Amino acid sequence: MSAQLKPGMGPLDYARRPWIIALFVLSLIFLYAPIVSLVVFSFNIDKTGVWHGFTWMNYVKAWNNADIFAALSNSLMIAFMSTIFSTIFGAMTALTLWRFRFPFKNAYEGFVALPIVVPEICMGISLLMFFTYTGMMEATRDLPFPLNLSNIIFAHIAFSFPFVTVVVRARLHGFNRQLEEASKDLGATEFQTFLHVIVPFMLPALVAGALLAFTLSLDDFVITFFSSGPNTTTFPVKIYGMVKRGVDMQINAASTVLIVITLAATLIAMKLQGPGKTGH
Amino acid sequence: MTEPIISIRNITKEFAGGVKAVDNVSIDIAQNEFFALLGPSGCGKTTLLRMISGLETPTSGQIVIGGQDMAFTPPNLRPTNMVFQSYAVFPHMTVEQNVGYGLKVTGVPADEIKTRVADALEMVKLSYLAARKPDQMSGGQRQRVALARALVKRPKVLLLDEPLSALDAKLRDDMRMELTRLQETVGITFIIVTHDQDEALSMASRIAVMDKGAVAQIATPAELYEHPNNKFVADFIGKVNLLDAAVISQKGKTVTCDTKAVGKFAIDTDKSASSSATIAIRPEKLKLSAAEPKGARLVKAKAAVKDVAYYGNTSNVIADVGGQELEINVQNDSRTEGSGVERGQKLWVSFDPNDALVLTE
Repeated sequence: MSAQLKPGMGPLDYARRPWIIALFVLSLIFLYAPIVSLVVFSFNIDKTGVWHGFTWMNYVKAWNNADIFAALSNSLMIAFMSTIFSTIFGAMTALTLWRFRFPFKNAYEGFVALPIVVPEICMGISLLMFFTYTGMMEATRDLPFPLNLSNIIFAHIAFSFPFVTVVVRARLHGFNRQLEEASKDLGATEFQTFLHVIVPFMLPALVAGALLAFTLSLDDFVITFFSSGPNTTTFPVKIYGMVKRGVDMQINAASTVLIVITLAATLIAMKLQGPGKTGH
Repeated sequence: MTEPIISIRNITKEFAGGVKAVDNVSIDIAQNEFFALLGPSGCGKTTLLRMISGLETPTSGQIVIGGQDMAFTPPNLRPTNMVFQSYAVFPHMTVEQNVGYGLKVTGVPADEIKTRVADALEMVKLSYLAARKPDQMSGGQRQRVALARALVKRPKVLLLDEPLSALDAKLRDDMRMELTRLQETVGITFIIVTHDQDEALSMASRIAVMDKGAVAQIATPAELYEHPNNKFVADFIGKVNLLDAAVISQKGKTVTCDTKAVGKFAIDTDKSASSSATIAIRPEKLKLSAAEPKGARLVKAKAAVKDVAYYGNTSNVIADVGGQELEINVQNDSRTEGSGVERGQKLWVSFDPNDALVLTE
């Protein structure tokens, strides 16, 4: 049988074919079934993997569990701080690479991308050694919250800011230099031009980069594991500890909260860079 | 001429590698002129404009604007404003914000910005789009925004870099009229860069033709067309037939020369010709006729029509005249027969030597 197009069907209307729809549904199930079951069982009465009825109890228990609460607030504080600093450093690095010509620029550009490709375990160990030898591990141990998290925050900035750089650099690549010239021609200084023309242009990339840094920091396990002291447990590390001791629906509840936080952040970010705010 | 508003003195711009984009150029531009820098791409006209705006600095020379040497003054401190080829309208600002930007950054009070922006938008007939973002506008509208944005600053000189090149043909014609009208209304000096000779001829009061970084000729449009200084200008502005001529004798202002195409004739010139010269004659100054034309002064020769290109009001005839192809412009003045010239015809071509020009190099 020769292939026949149905009336009204365009050349790329593959989505109407049943097997494609089936594949699409299967992929969705494969991707999201584990997450959905995690959320569903966070409302389960029983600890077993069998549904016994709806309850909010796991959430109440997790909220009242001082360890989980401390770990979650640590994680959020670390993610917050590291997002701010990696966004600033990442954007500055991107601007430098975009704007200036200097010796060994290509080498520098390569080095900036290195933390993205270096295995996390290597980075974790090197940071552990660095913090130990410089005495920073000792020095920050007994400081009050959030200063006791400094080492982890430093580590997180170190591995997140290259991601911001990559995103912002890609955006700046499409910048029309005549906009900058027009701004100066109209009487603006370098700084005014930066503030009123270049930053608004970078904004979508800044938001995307910040979001990336936030989620990277929030769920990082390996590097955090190596750079955290005894009293500074983050949420992923805490969950790992709890899972070793047995299944508890509190973990599901706390994880669900984390999912909601990241989803909300993503939605806000998408809203912020909605149509009309990007511009070309 | 009164004190020029802009005086470009011996400006040279050398890029890395020793390429001279602009080579020792001097131009005086008077208050209220509509001045065009015209030339093929790569002739240095845009670089010169950018040096006037301050976006580029010269290697040597002076740019005197309003009596002050500003060759090395940054662009934000010059009384010039530019309309960019890509318009460079800020995408994240509304039309109103775009036009008000140059006033805002220089600290003009908010209520004054409001009235001046409103006036500027009125002038380019864009008031009804004040709240729009550029991505919801056509190219022509964006160009008007760029114009209003520059004019609202009340510059001494408005610089326009190929302002019409991105518009479609119909819009380009409208915009040409509009720019001329605007220049008359606001009464400031316009300097326009273009590679399009029609644009320059129809809008400018004076034109500098540039070639390879140097000025080939500065003159009014009519002067450029009828009295080009050299071969480059004659060839670049409009169409021209160039006849190689051997100079037989020169008595005072009259040169007798011999061309392969149309034979011997005498022609008046201001120049002193050496042994050879080039005779330039525009296609519309050549006449075709079936019978041998009469008139003692006329230069005439037999022509074989090889091709006819139809343009509506006129046709361009390519004819073989004594072994050289000449272009002849004829009027299509009959609705039924057009110009009456057809391919393969054997005709007479003639011209008055007063309509031809001797070019010496």
